[in-house]
Amino acid sequence: MAAEANSAAGMPQLEFATFPNQVLWLVLALVVLYLILSRIALPRIGSVLAERTGTIANDIAAAETFKLQAAEAEAAYHKALDDARAAAAKVVEEARAEIQKDLDVAIAKADSEIAARSAESERRIAEIRESANEAVTAVAKEATKDILAAFGVKADARSVTATVNARLKESAA
Amino acid sequence: MEGDIVQMGAYIGAGLACMGMGGAAVGVGNVAGNFLAGALRNPSAAPGQTATLFIGIAFAEALGIFSFLVALLLMFAV
Amino acid sequence: MAEESGGFAIHPMDQFIVRPLLGGDTVGMFTITNVTLWMTLTVIAVSLVLVVGSRGRALVPTRSQSIAEVLYSFVYKMVEDVAGHDGVKYFPYIMTLFMFILFSNLLGLLPWSFTTTSHIAVTAVLAAAVFITVTVLGFVLHGASFLKLFWITSAPLALRPILALIEVISYFVRPLSHSIRLAGNMMAGHAVVKVFAGFAGALGLFGVLPILAVTAVYGLELLVSVIQAYVFTILTCVYLRDALHPHH
Repeated sequence: MAAEANSAAGMPQLEFATFPNQVLWLVLALVVLYLILSRIALPRIGSVLAERTGTIANDIAAAETFKLQAAEAEAAYHKALDDARAAAAKVVEEARAEIQKDLDVAIAKADSEIAARSAESERRIAEIRESANEAVTAVAKEATKDILAAFGVKADARSVTATVNARLKESAA
Repeated sequence: MEGDIVQMGAYIGAGLACMGMGGAAVGVGNVAGNFLAGALRNPSAAPGQTATLFIGIAFAEALGIFSFLVALLLMFAV
Repeated sequence: MAEESGGFAIHPMDQFIVRPLLGGDTVGMFTITNVTLWMTLTVIAVSLVLVVGSRGRALVPTRSQSIAEVLYSFVYKMVEDVAGHDGVKYFPYIMTLFMFILFSNLLGLLPWSFTTTSHIAVTAVLAAAVFITVTVLGFVLHGASFLKLFWITSAPLALRPILALIEVISYFVRPLSHSIRLAGNMMAGHAVVKVFAGFAGALGLFGVLPILAVTAVYGLELLVSVIQAYVFTILTCVYLRDALHPHH
């Protein structure tokens, strides 16, 4: 097998003559790669990752403050709403009180007017009744005189008046 | 003639060396199977142990590679 | 050997040959070879993904920037989880290893490409670099008490010397298995693909079957490429943890 075509003899991995060559290039490649990675690539990627972590943390903190602000705003809104409601209730109460006062005044005025009118009416009724009574008395006296005259009795004016008055009083009672 | 016998011996030896790979296969299967059994019992602990799994597989597999290497050496380098 | 038995001409290992690119036959130390080419391409590809991809520095990432960020945070989290918080200092080193291995593996899957990580020489240097770094770091940070890593106080006293011996041996086998695992996986996968491809050429009309098999193996190889890069990196993190906290 050692006599195979071109250099297929044996394992190329055990060709010790190529070892210095491989080791040299390997060491060079590793050194170059190490320098590239440690000087350029890794700090850059590391800083990008750190920056991203920082940004995310900042954003979360900012979101937290915004949330607090939103809660504050909500509380202020509710407070304003309550105040407005209270003010509205007060205004309504005042208006109601005002109306009540006006109403009371108007009712009182109306009552007094009614009272005045009814007093007037009563007075006039009383007057009318008075005059009616007088008229009745007068008519009764006249009628009594006439009736007595017709019967040929000369009536004493005074006694007639007294009798009629007594009778009228009786019927009025 | 003598060279032929040496060559024959080398080839037979290479074939015998390849039996070592079976051992590596058993080893790797054992590691992976036990890992799976453990991971199914306690799945939450499994992700933390994958590194150990790979180290175990690498150790078991390295021995199979050694036997493969012996076979290659017998075939090409003796 | 294949020609002798069946008449196929499959050379599964040919793809791993180190060739001079600019003429000549010998591979000296400074020769420009396919190793040079593919390592350069790896470096360029990683730079494209990580440097050019992230050049926008956008707060809301574009697609290419997302890829760079996902890779970054994936490795960063791995280092932090496995090696501990003080392991983050060594993150650029581990990131370099991860990206280099990942892109070498993936670029190696392109047809006619050369897989640098399939060579023992390459992975051995990678593993040795990790081994030496970790050992030196352990002694620098903890002095002689780093040796307590091998002296397991939770074990009975009688067993400790034996365990110490085993621990020391396993400590020194680490770079070996670390490097061979990666190279072996890459080599095996590519050789298998090549063998199946060779069958496809030899079988004529029935070559459809090996082509289906190659497709399946190729998918598996994609997975293996990523997993091996991950495994190499996570083992580096585990070794780093041992160096940073030797007392468990």
